[in-house]
Amino acid sequence: MAFARRSFKPISTTTSFFRRRLLTTTTDDITVETSVPFTGHNCEPPSRSVSTNPKELLSFFTDMALMRRMEIAADSLYKSKLIRGFCHLYDGQEAVCVGMEAAITKKDCIITAYRDHCIFLGRGGTLLESFAELMGRQAGCSKGKGGSMHFYKKDACFFGGHGIVGAQVPLGCGLAFAQKFRKEDHVTFAMYGDGAANQGQLFEALNMAALWDLPAILVCENNHYGMGTAEWRAAKSPAYYKRGDYVPGLKVDGMDAFAVKQACKFAKEHALKNGPIILEMDTYRYHGHSMSDPGSTYRTRDEISGVRQERDPIERIRKLILAHDLATEKELKDIEKQARKEVDEAIAQAKESPMPEESELFTNVYRKGLGVESFGTDRKELRATLP
Amino acid sequence: MASLIIQRIGAATSFDTNNNFDRRSLSGRKSGFLVVRSDGAKITTGLKPIGSRTHHLVTNAVATKPGNSAASTASKSGHEILLFDALREGLEEEMDRDARVCVMGEDVGHYGGSYKVTKGLAPKYGDLRVLDTPIAENAFTGMGIGAAMTGLRPIIEGMNMGFLLLAFNQISNNCGMLHYTSGGQFKIPVVIRGPGGVGRQLGAEHSQRLESYFQSIPGIQMVACSTPYNAKGLMKAAIRSDNPVILFEHVLLYNLKETIPDEEYVLNLEEAEMVRPGQHVTILTYSRMRYHVMQAAKTLVNKGYDPEVIDIRSLKPFDLHMIGNSVKKTHRVLIVEECMRTGGIGASLTAAINENFQDYLDAPIVCLSSQDVPTPYAGTLEEWTVVQPPQIVAAVEQLCK
Repeated sequence: MAFARRSFKPISTTTSFFRRRLLTTTTDDITVETSVPFTGHNCEPPSRSVSTNPKELLSFFTDMALMRRMEIAADSLYKSKLIRGFCHLYDGQEAVCVGMEAAITKKDCIITAYRDHCIFLGRGGTLLESFAELMGRQAGCSKGKGGSMHFYKKDACFFGGHGIVGAQVPLGCGLAFAQKFRKEDHVTFAMYGDGAANQGQLFEALNMAALWDLPAILVCENNHYGMGTAEWRAAKSPAYYKRGDYVPGLKVDGMDAFAVKQACKFAKEHALKNGPIILEMDTYRYHGHSMSDPGSTYRTRDEISGVRQERDPIERIRKLILAHDLATEKELKDIEKQARKEVDEAIAQAKESPMPEESELFTNVYRKGLGVESFGTDRKELRATLP
Repeated sequence: MASLIIQRIGAATSFDTNNNFDRRSLSGRKSGFLVVRSDGAKITTGLKPIGSRTHHLVTNAVATKPGNSAASTASKSGHEILLFDALREGLEEEMDRDARVCVMGEDVGHYGGSYKVTKGLAPKYGDLRVLDTPIAENAFTGMGIGAAMTGLRPIIEGMNMGFLLLAFNQISNNCGMLHYTSGGQFKIPVVIRGPGGVGRQLGAEHSQRLESYFQSIPGIQMVACSTPYNAKGLMKAAIRSDNPVILFEHVLLYNLKETIPDEEYVLNLEEAEMVRPGQHVTILTYSRMRYHVMQAAKTLVNKGYDPEVIDIRSLKPFDLHMIGNSVKKTHRVLIVEECMRTGGIGASLTAAINENFQDYLDAPIVCLSSQDVPTPYAGTLEEWTVVQPPQIVAAVEQLCK
């Protein structure tokens, strides 16, 4: 079911119950309507009806519940000073990640900024790798040397994990360039936020992607606040999907996983044929910009709880599941409990992982050169060492 | 291995190279190649080292003038070439060898390159492999780095090194650090190259020396070429290296002429070049200042001094091996560079030599650098910004007192 749970001992009684149920209903197709219709810019928006099946619905729920749990756990780990530095949490935005994964393959590349924990999980990363990296341990996905903002998973084409706002978009165009160079049938999703949408390098990269018809899909996760500044105070034109001008754009309800899935499928087909497209995901983050930001000085608590009540992505899926009678309330609660359990186990395991060795300080700075290894001015070595 | 001393007799042009060094040469095999160290040790390296076959050393593949060499072994055939063409040759050979190598930059494709380094490559390899980018350094440097993350080997050309300041974020954060922050998952085999240095009245913004700004970035390597021979060798080495390499060329050196070997050779990125062995003082230099130093060396030889001139070539990391051995021999160091005094390459080199070879020094290290001013337009003022041969002579005389 959930791909993020590969490394754990599976099969509790509740999941086997699901299996029995799923066997009878898994082939039935369900059609779901997105919450709002898509708005297109220079393109014909796709239809509101998305086809899905019970397996997918339940996997959306399970995955999003796991991601939500992971982010909440990271919050408390940060407050107990096990996670230091910057920690940017993704809760509220899970639908973007989950919907996107449902529309693409692991050969399509994703690159994003620093709010990358859930996207890493969606690409197949494990909870242990995430928590260990957050706590700076050896078992982390970047061996503890990257931290919260530098999650990467090369074999799943997840290219991170970048701290500087907007710098990942030219990198994303480079990924698309390589895909075009190698004549691959895959696309790149370069994700950024509404704050990064005002960066010049974005427009530079977009110009080049459009010039050479690169299969790049620029996904603006518009959570309406660029760090501590609301979008209407930072952008003259907050219609980010229109900013491409000659590049078509699509505005999507980012809290609706099926809308995201439909849009990403549409975008992938478009990008492979016609070059870049911009997707604006209208989403929201419950936490502040990072753990050092309370998140309430520039927005009201009523607004946050309002969005949580009306548009929460997990609630939407829960209502859909219950409406289609695919599981009972109790079963869904059990899934959430299972997620909590897995997260707690992963944290316990991550806490046991040791800190990196001292020698790790100097590894991975360079790759071995042409056989000669010599040291920089800070090392008191006289000779070059030869292999 | 006896070092060959090739004296230049009746120097005509001031820019002919005066090379005295032990030969490094290797065979052109696809799977591996031979690197010869200056102490004669032979190492077979290469991407796929199949069994090694010994190849005879070519001890003087370079002659300064045809028919003028004092070499004992038979002189191999070479061809005369200008520096920009040598770079182009190296580039072309590597693009032939590996289909993942591509070039991107402004005017590199149809125009042929603003300094003709990529001339003729776009018609041969196509527009995607020799990519004309818009004037957007930040974005196309980022693009090159992103492509490198997937396994391509891009060469990013800055039309002038000064323009790469716009891409500093990409070079520092993504290029230099990604290998580390991803725990070794991604390698960034890019080559970032371009001309820098003080030219002929190009103005302040087009006469910048960026090696001092980039030298602190962890994870990158920096090399500076100065002759057609080392330009081609370093270009090839930089392309083959799995690390990001910044190759500094100089605007005024593109039309240097030299005879280089016909057979394939790759130089060592981390090695310095012994230009003129000597006994009295070690002069460390790189890029264009090498020629000012050699000019001063002529005067010094006439005055009875015996300077040892080393072209350090590798700006990061320094070849402390060759430098250290030289300091042990001469006990006096003069650094001549084109960088600014503050925070320049000379400053780092001074610190490195002081830290490592304090005991061998008989006198404090003297560092001659450019003045800490924006490069003026007026010709006379510009001359005074950079180090001139008379100053080098005076410094050596002072040092050897």
